[in-house]
Amino acid sequence: MKTEKNLPRNPSSIKTRFAVKFLQAMNKMNKRKNPSTSMAVKYKRYQFIRAAATSSMASAVGPRRAWSRAVLRKMRNHTAIHRFPMNNKTRTTRRFPITRRKRSSILRGNPRQEDDLGFGQEDDLRGLVPGGQGMDFCRLLSETAHYIKCLKTQVQVMTNVLHHYST
Amino acid sequence: MSSRRSRSRQSGASRISDDQIADLVSRLQQLIPEIRNRRSDKVSASKVLQETCNYIRSLHREVDDLSDRLSELLESTDSDSAQAAIIRSLLM
Repeated sequence: MKTEKNLPRNPSSIKTRFAVKFLQAMNKMNKRKNPSTSMAVKYKRYQFIRAAATSSMASAVGPRRAWSRAVLRKMRNHTAIHRFPMNNKTRTTRRFPITRRKRSSILRGNPRQEDDLGFGQEDDLRGLVPGGQGMDFCRLLSETAHYIKCLKTQVQVMTNVLHHYST
Repeated sequence: MSSRRSRSRQSGASRISDDQIADLVSRLQQLIPEIRNRRSDKVSASKVLQETCNYIRSLHREVDDLSDRLSELLESTDSDSAQAAIIRSLLM
């Protein structure tokens, strides 16, 4: 199958869905164009774009992955908090107790490698992948692989958009 | 914080075998440019995880950087025609 590097094979692929959603968000932002170029406004714009990228990707993936579900959940909670700031009950953070996490035995053999216990990497990874806290190790690895693929796609599309804007 | 040393409790009835985990780790290894070319028997699992974390962090930084540059560009561009061009090129 001949495929060009920048074009998706499947029109409804994650890449395309992400690109469309991301551009729609950018378009929405542009509609409320703010002539001011103060640092605060600039930072807000940056934050908005970054959030749009994350949420567009999670939305393009949909609920089929634990990491995208975690991102979508966080977005819903975030929106609810901002709409009802006085209500503390709106915040729902699901934290699983640490004892429920199943430690991987494959790390047992390398206790004193670059890190102290051999678990540092696993914990770091759980912190980096959305929703990583509550998963067993096997699921964590599988989610990480998908998450990385989607992050790469995200970077690719954003780079393309940037190039189109700057030429 | 928690008793991290309780990890030795890998029960015999565990449904997740080490082979499965090794397979997932090697699949991760293929995704990471740093260590993609080394064969799996030369790269330990903890090294793969460490490089995975580093790679994810660098991807996050790239997204941050791209968001920053995009926001600066948006200040000064009329985007509608550019967007139409982008969408066309992506969906073609």
